[in-house]
Amino acid sequence: MAPRIANSAADAVAEISDGSTILIGGFGNAGQPMELIDALMECGATDLTVVNNNAGQADAGLALLIKERRVKKIICSFPRQSDSWHFDEAYRAGDIELELVPQGNLAERIRAAGAGIGGFFTPTGYGTLLAEGKETRTIDGIGYVLETPIHADFALIKALKADTFGNLVYRKTARNFGPIMATAAKAAIVQVDEVVEVGSIDPEHVITPGIYVDTVVALGGEK
Amino acid sequence: MTETPTTEDKLTRDEMAQQVARDIPAGAFVNLGIGQPTNVSNFLTAQQGVTLHTENGMLGMGPVATGEEVDEDLINAGKIPVTELPGAAYFHHADSFAMMRGGHLDVCVLGAFQISKNGDLANWHTGAEGAIPAVGGAMDLAIGAKATWVMMSLFTKTGESKLVETLSYPVTGLGCVSRIYTEVAIFELRDGKVFVRSVHGISFDELAAKVPVELTWA
Repeated sequence: MAPRIANSAADAVAEISDGSTILIGGFGNAGQPMELIDALMECGATDLTVVNNNAGQADAGLALLIKERRVKKIICSFPRQSDSWHFDEAYRAGDIELELVPQGNLAERIRAAGAGIGGFFTPTGYGTLLAEGKETRTIDGIGYVLETPIHADFALIKALKADTFGNLVYRKTARNFGPIMATAAKAAIVQVDEVVEVGSIDPEHVITPGIYVDTVVALGGEK
Repeated sequence: MTETPTTEDKLTRDEMAQQVARDIPAGAFVNLGIGQPTNVSNFLTAQQGVTLHTENGMLGMGPVATGEEVDEDLINAGKIPVTELPGAAYFHHADSFAMMRGGHLDVCVLGAFQISKNGDLANWHTGAEGAIPAVGGAMDLAIGAKATWVMMSLFTKTGESKLVETLSYPVTGLGCVSRIYTEVAIFELRDGKVFVRSVHGISFDELAAKVPVELTWA
């Protein structure tokens, strides 16, 4: 089924309710779906579990959701940065739960969810604090840790453009988590610069096939 | 590996980076960590044909972007705007880390808090009370590349050796480091032993007296 084409960012996120688990794309600001996050702020959903590589930068996007105490738990690899003051404050106040995951394990856990994998053994993190309490196994002399998939209710991602079938093309390093997050959520909501007619994206250039995409909103681009 | 002459003076940070760059094999795929390792790229020559990987989904990363080159969609792992070189490729995060974990990168250069004589690495968390932990790609990088090298100052501000018998800081990866570049010596770690390849501004005996692990002159 072709995705719903929403008429605004607010319309795109309207179904997100309290207690949802949300994958949010982006590495730093590259690929961060800023307008969708702003719309999520406006829509009022709270008690959220958010999965992102970071825990917000400065006074925008995810950082504001955390500031407003709308995020009860964050699953990420790199929360602490020079400009992560809103997360730092919420964390020190005990207002947010942190699940810290090595970045490659975070990506693979999201990929696994989208690919129907029930768990996988990874060498990353073996013998470290982040593997404490987890099942381990030695395979051919190498130590591995069992990691499980991260499923979500929604994914909020940013791509360069979509066609009306939801096929997506990204731009440079803004691709980052987008393609895997689109696969791992019950509903993937995508903001793009423009929505183009079916057939105008070369099938060889499609990065995320439309089967994974549920809602698209065109917000125009600066470029 | 090139020969490193022993010198009267300590190596400067640029000289350390230059030495790492000289040791990277021609045609290698390389990931340079945040901080001192990033400086290595300034000393790689075009003739070496080295391809740089950045964890956020790119091979063929070029120099830091300036002026009109700056593009918010094109950044490195330190979130600094960079450029792309001919032959560059973009890919998603799971592919980027599969590339790393799967042993496809030849060399990874990282910073460190501590390294044990058998190559255990600590570089992600001091374990200090109240510190907010962040790991990023450190654990994946440590164990993923065919060779993991470290650049660091050998001593802490209070003079303790960061090359130790066993780690006191939380582990990033076990038995993963094979070479350490410091301002006073370059070390090779293999078979549970620590070999000194060169000394700089210090004699081997002085070095051996300051480092609490058995050293062997290479």
